[in-house]
This record gives sequence, C-alpha cells and structure tokens, in this order.
Amino acid sequence: MIGDGRFGRFGGFYVAEPLLPALEELEAAWLDAREDPAFRAELDGLLHDYAGRPTPLYRSPALSGAIGCHVYLKREDLLHGGAHKTNNTLGQGLLAKRMGRTRLIAETGAGQHGVATAMIGALLGLDVKVFMGATDVARQAPNVARMRLFGAEVVPVSDGSASLKDAINEALRYWTEHVRDTFYVFGTAAGPHPYPALVKDFQRVIGEEIAEQLERAHGRGPDVVVACVGGGSNAIGAFARFLGEPDVRLIGVEPGGHGLDSGAHGATLGAGRPGCVHGSLSYLLQDDVGQVREAHSISAGLDYPGVGPEHAHLLESGRATYISATDDEALDAFAWLCREEGILPALESSHAIAGALKLAGELDPDSILVINLSGRGDKDLAHAMAALEAR
Amino acid sequence: MTSRFEALAAARKAEGHGVFVPFLVIGDPDPDTSLRLARGLVQAGADALELGLPFSDPPADGPVVQAADQRSLAAGTTTTSALAWIGRLRETVDVPISLLVYFNLVLQHGVEAFYARCGEVGVDAVLVADLPPEHSDEVLAAARAHGVSTIYLASELSTPARLERIAAVCEGYVYALARVGVTGQHSEVVPSLGPALERMRAAIDLPLLVGFGISTPANVRSALEAGADGVIVGSALVRHIEHHLGDPDAMEAAMVHHARELHAATRRTP
Repeated sequence: MIGDGRFGRFGGFYVAEPLLPALEELEAAWLDAREDPAFRAELDGLLHDYAGRPTPLYRSPALSGAIGCHVYLKREDLLHGGAHKTNNTLGQGLLAKRMGRTRLIAETGAGQHGVATAMIGALLGLDVKVFMGATDVARQAPNVARMRLFGAEVVPVSDGSASLKDAINEALRYWTEHVRDTFYVFGTAAGPHPYPALVKDFQRVIGEEIAEQLERAHGRGPDVVVACVGGGSNAIGAFARFLGEPDVRLIGVEPGGHGLDSGAHGATLGAGRPGCVHGSLSYLLQDDVGQVREAHSISAGLDYPGVGPEHAHLLESGRATYISATDDEALDAFAWLCREEGILPALESSHAIAGALKLAGELDPDSILVINLSGRGDKDLAHAMAALEAR
Repeated sequence: MTSRFEALAAARKAEGHGVFVPFLVIGDPDPDTSLRLARGLVQAGADALELGLPFSDPPADGPVVQAADQRSLAAGTTTTSALAWIGRLRETVDVPISLLVYFNLVLQHGVEAFYARCGEVGVDAVLVADLPPEHSDEVLAAARAHGVSTIYLASELSTPARLERIAAVCEGYVYALARVGVTGQHSEVVPSLGPALERMRAAIDLPLLVGFGISTPANVRSALEAGADGVIVGSALVRHIEHHLGDPDAMEAAMVHHARELHAATRRTP
C-alpha cells in the first residue's frame, strides 16, 4: 500500500490478508486514474450527460424564513438515480472497467447505493450483485424493484440485525471468495483504505459545485454547510471543498432514532467511541467489550453503527460539529418540506433539514447556509406514510 | 528463543508427521461444554489448539464459525471470561494454544492488558485476523513483551512484497490459506496450493499450517502433500456442535470421532 489511509489517528486498512492484494491493486489503479485526463474526461462527461450534473443549488424561501438567513438546498436529489450515490458509482464503475473486472458487488442500506451500482452496471455492461439486509429489503421495496429491473441480483442478508452492517459483512465475505474478478463498489466514505479517500474524491464535486454556484449568486462561499451522516459520504463530499476554510462551519447530522438516551439510535459520533470494524479505525457503536451494537434509525441509509474515519478525525480535531436529529424530528422535517416547498426529501436528507432547523434564529440574517439534500424520498413513501399515520 | 509452535512443528517433521490443529470458538455452545470439547480434541490427538474469541461481526469467517460466535456470545462470553476459560483449560491441557481474534476486541480490552493476560493464562500465539503487518507495531511490542507469538495469514494472492512484510513480523507459524476465501465455505485444497506454499517457504522461515477449506482426511493429505507442515481444521469440526445442540455427549462423540480421522491423516503411513 502506498498511503497509510490515516485521517489523524483514524482510518487504515484493517482487513484479513486475502483482501490486501486487491486493496493495493485498487489503490494503484485509483492513483493512476486520477492523474489521467482521459479518465477524468470520461467521468465528467457521464456525470454531465448521464447523471445530470451540475445539480441545482436552490434558495429555499421556506427554510430561509424558518432559519432566518439565506438557506440553500444542494439538490443531489435531482441527480439521476435519486441521490448523490451516482457520483461515486460512476467513478468506481469506470475504475472497475479500467482494472478489467467483470463483476461489481455492493452493499446497500436504503437501496440508493444498490440502485446506483445497478444503474452503472447496466450502463457499463458489468454484472452486479447487491447485498442488502433482509429488514431493508422489506422496507425499501421500490429500490429493490429498481435494482432488479436494472439487471442486478439482490441478495437478502438475514444475519445479525439484517441491516447495513450485516450486508457489508456479507459483501466482504463474497469479495474475499471472488476477489480475482470482482470489484467491490463501496458505498460510503468508510471501510479500509483506499475507500474513504477514494469515495471522498468522487463525492467532492458536491462541495465544489456549491462553491461555484454561490460565487455566482453571492460572490462568496457558504458560512455553514449541513449534511446528514450515516457512513458519511454525502457529508464528506459537501465538506471537502471547505475543509481548508476554517470560517466555514461544517455540521454533520446523525440519526438520533428514539433519542440518544434510549440506546436506539445511529449516532456513532455522538454516542460511540473509537473502535475498529469493516476495515478502519473510527468511531463505533459498541458494548463495553467491543461487540458491535445494532444501530436504529427510521432511515435505512443511516442505520449503521460505524462512520467514515475522516468524520471521526474532523470530530476530534474540532473542524466539524456533529449533532443528531431523532426519527420524529426527521419525519417532521420530511413532511414540512413536502408541504412548504413541494420537495420530497429522502428520510436520510430529512435529518439534515431537521438539524439545520435547530440553528433557527442563531445565525446572522446575511449568513449563507447550505443543506445537502442528498436524495429524494420516493423510496420512503410507504414507510414514511405509515409512520406519519401511526402518530 | 524458539516458540513452542516451531518446536512442535520441528518435532512432528522429524517423526514424518504433520501437525494437527483443531479449532473451536471459546464458549460455544457454552463455557463448560466447550471446555469438555477442547479436552476431547486433545485426547483425540490434537498437537495444538486454535481457539476463537467470538466477535459480532467476523467478515473473515463463513456462516459456521459466525453461528458459533453467536452461540458463544449468547452464552455470555466476553474477552475477560474467554481468557479465564483458557486458564481453566490449561489446568489439564499442555499443548500449544493460539488465539484467533478480531482487532476491536484487543483494542477495547487494551492492547497491553490483553497480551499480558494472554501470557498469564498460557496463550502461545495470537492471530488478529484483521490486523495487517503494516498496523501491527503496538501489538507486536505488547506480544513480545509477554512472550506471545504473533501469527499472520498468507494466501496464494500474497505478493512477494507482502510475503516479505509478513516474514518480517510473523512468529510461531504462518497460517497459510488452502484457498482464497472465508472459513468453512468449501472443502477444497486447490492445485495452486503447492506453488503458493513454495513461495511462502522461500520468503518465510517458519512452519506453514494450512487452513480454510480443510474438512476431510483427503483434504489433510492433499495439504501435506502440497508441502504443508500441518493443518488447521475449524468449520468442519464446529459443525458437529450445530448438529448436536442440546446433546453434549453426542456432540463430543461426533467431534472426537471426526478429529481422530483427521489426526490419523496427518500421521506418516507406516
């Protein structure tokens, strides 16, 4: 391995030996591709023509009024596929092709990453197998149907909590068994090196566009950037451009579930402690001896007991702040944005909106706050309607 | 100082035998039964034991060992209780013992405290499945301070550069993979094992014990013919626990019977 994959004391590549040659090969291919103008041009072309970049930066009157400053939504929900995940799967898909791999595998929670991988598999003519917790297969039926329509095989995983962490375990096992011809399209900025850095690389376009779009609209950058954090790929994509600008406040919103005191949540940074799972040192929800705890969130995409290692570093270095929004707060924000703006946010992204609403009255009226609206909520309709009706 | 595993492998080699190492998850299905099974395996001829600490999220293990981990955790096993269990086993069992763990358990126990306790209860070697040589400095220092060997995995995909890294830090034996994959998924010794073992032997001056995919006496003989110094058998034996849950006598009988067959396959044919 050329890099050590560290973000401060976090990160690294904590995997069993059979996977290390594959990770070394992936790192080499990625370092080579990112210096290759032809790779960049092909990726940029697809991001523009196939996926619809740049996505709009929309000034939301309702949110601006409610929070009391200029509030913008970065509309990753309008990206082809319905979420920011496409930025990453296009990049990794092209990398897989470049490496001569014929099969893609992916884990998925809400199904957005699975859909984005299935889409890219169809586009590039690669076989796709998606591992998905059995619980998530049940609560994300539209995305399961989309993956299958795109030609992917969806493998339900019933081990453990039958959600995202178990899907990752199973994908890692499958990858270990088929490492010679299989490319693991990791969905978030976590896992072993080089994934956290590689996924950040492919997602940083979000923050770069925010900077350009605000420059045109206001002649300056944002004061605050807010994004939801499960594994943390949309957040790191929105933050990356601004990490070197200490005046830009970066706020990650974790899933508070039934509340941090209830134990039923996914607030890894807010209530976990450093640990090692799925290939990197980061924060982790775990019991006293280090067994991984199950996370809970109304949103399948945030229902993960780990978090990307760079977020752990940004927390400890104080560069970013992490708060949480409960299931109820996220559901309120979901319904509120639908009614006020005619925009249907994903339940994941609804956490970012709920988190931003907590800043109401706190910011100077001239401030610019950007919320990364990481995905659209069509996939959540049945689940969200049932939760709203149950109130 | 030569480790007990190296001495063991040298002794068996001099006799023309292979080393037979069965694997169990500590506390599976419960601490007392598991103790009885471990003793039974030694009576069946185990030259050494490999013992797993149960972990909630073991991606290097297949379904059989994962289920064993779950049973053990449900029975209340913790790192502390598992190490105390080894202390109890040591009252009657003298063969070398290696532990198979995932890094988070070591980290949460405290690296120094973990290896100190391993040394106290008589653990000879520890393999941290998800800890590569590159991240091993703290673990190696603690292990050496307490007289514990640090084992690494090597596979046929390990590049010459990786084998060199492994050689620089590995002690006791190399856990050589019979096939690339996770534990217990296939009963198979791939034809490429021989050349892979040759490459490992050229790079690393330690005994090569082959595991992942060894479940039958025929597998054992193939691995030894391919150049292994011995075999590690896990899932195939652990499966007897699953099949005889609630009946410890039948469980032990089936496991010991299977272990005797595997053991016999490691002995030189007269």
